[in-house]
Amino acid sequence: MPDVPTRPKSLRDLFLTLTALALQGFGGVLAVVQHELVVRKRWLTQEEFIEEWAVAQVLPGPNVVNLCLIVGSRYFGWRGALVALAGMLCVPTLVVLVLAVLYARYGAHPVAVGALRGMAAVAAGLILAAGLRLASALKGNPLGTLLCIALGAVSFAGVALFRLPLIVILLGPGVAGCLLAYWKLGKAGR
Amino acid sequence: MSAITLDLGWSDWLALFGHYLALSLMAVGAAFSTLPEMHRYLVDRQQWLTDTQFTNSITLAQAAPGPNVLFVALMGWNVGMNAGSYGSALLGAFLTMTGMLLPSSVLVFFAARWGQRNRERRVVRAFKLGLGPVVIALLIATGWIMARAQGGSVEAWPLWLLTAVTTLIVWRTRIHLLWLLGAGALLGALGWV
Repeated sequence: MPDVPTRPKSLRDLFLTLTALALQGFGGVLAVVQHELVVRKRWLTQEEFIEEWAVAQVLPGPNVVNLCLIVGSRYFGWRGALVALAGMLCVPTLVVLVLAVLYARYGAHPVAVGALRGMAAVAAGLILAAGLRLASALKGNPLGTLLCIALGAVSFAGVALFRLPLIVILLGPGVAGCLLAYWKLGKAGR
Repeated sequence: MSAITLDLGWSDWLALFGHYLALSLMAVGAAFSTLPEMHRYLVDRQQWLTDTQFTNSITLAQAAPGPNVLFVALMGWNVGMNAGSYGSALLGAFLTMTGMLLPSSVLVFFAARWGQRNRERRVVRAFKLGLGPVVIALLIATGWIMARAQGGSVEAWPLWLLTAVTTLIVWRTRIHLLWLLGAGALLGALGWV
């Protein structure tokens, strides 16, 4: 890819970027984070995004908030972590509180209900697209194509079809993937 | 027109804050995994929220922009509204959000720093690479579950079409996502989907 990776210019840039993307995230912010930070701003490569996100997902706390904290601390240390948290949460919290007041009045209006329905359909598409795009970054994964597909299929079925709790997926295919990767990395002499 | 009227003292606010501090480290993967515990505490035991207020907090946070964890702020807000004023509502939102995020953020910060320093170690690399396919599958599964929530009936086909077209556009282009969300809102408001 001819794309040159970049980094946030300043703490201000970090704050404004994260606020802007948090405000675009309807029904979850992860798809927007992936689109903005990887595709548009290129602060992270696809591979780096997947790696940091795996960490964010496994540790306690909301995964998107964790991910932004990790990105912030990577460029600006603890100040970056604080600014990332603030960017992700300050303005969106105010917005949601204002919406709570408005919702108490107008929530049942058919135009509002319809608009929310349309946005939910788009939000589902955003998340699916982010998943498809990231899947192409697995090409260089030491697990190999077949194992990646197998682990992915089991995880998808567990969550989407059988509605298993997340912890089961992380302890099952998650742990299996880590052990297999450890073994493969050893075989490759890395 | 809240269904409950509360008189909360400082020990109650402290208990609310402490409860979320404790929940923070239990929320592995997503804040939603602690919902049953929040319900038990806020609705059943303390009776600070009604069932409807509890559910509405989640729905509204999902519909609003921002991370899903904002439902925690709305729960604190509603507890405060039940206590009678916008001031106490703000205090409630502040306490629940800070409690929910403080312990986990501190842990994530130090864990990420350790991982960054030891990123060449085989254990760290295996951990991050091995989870790759699993977390991507989780993302696709989330999209799938959201799409399915709009209904499997034949009448829901415009919504499915909208989801499919969005997927294709976002996957293949670098378009600004607000255009798509705006289009979705417009189509919905006009009643076309």
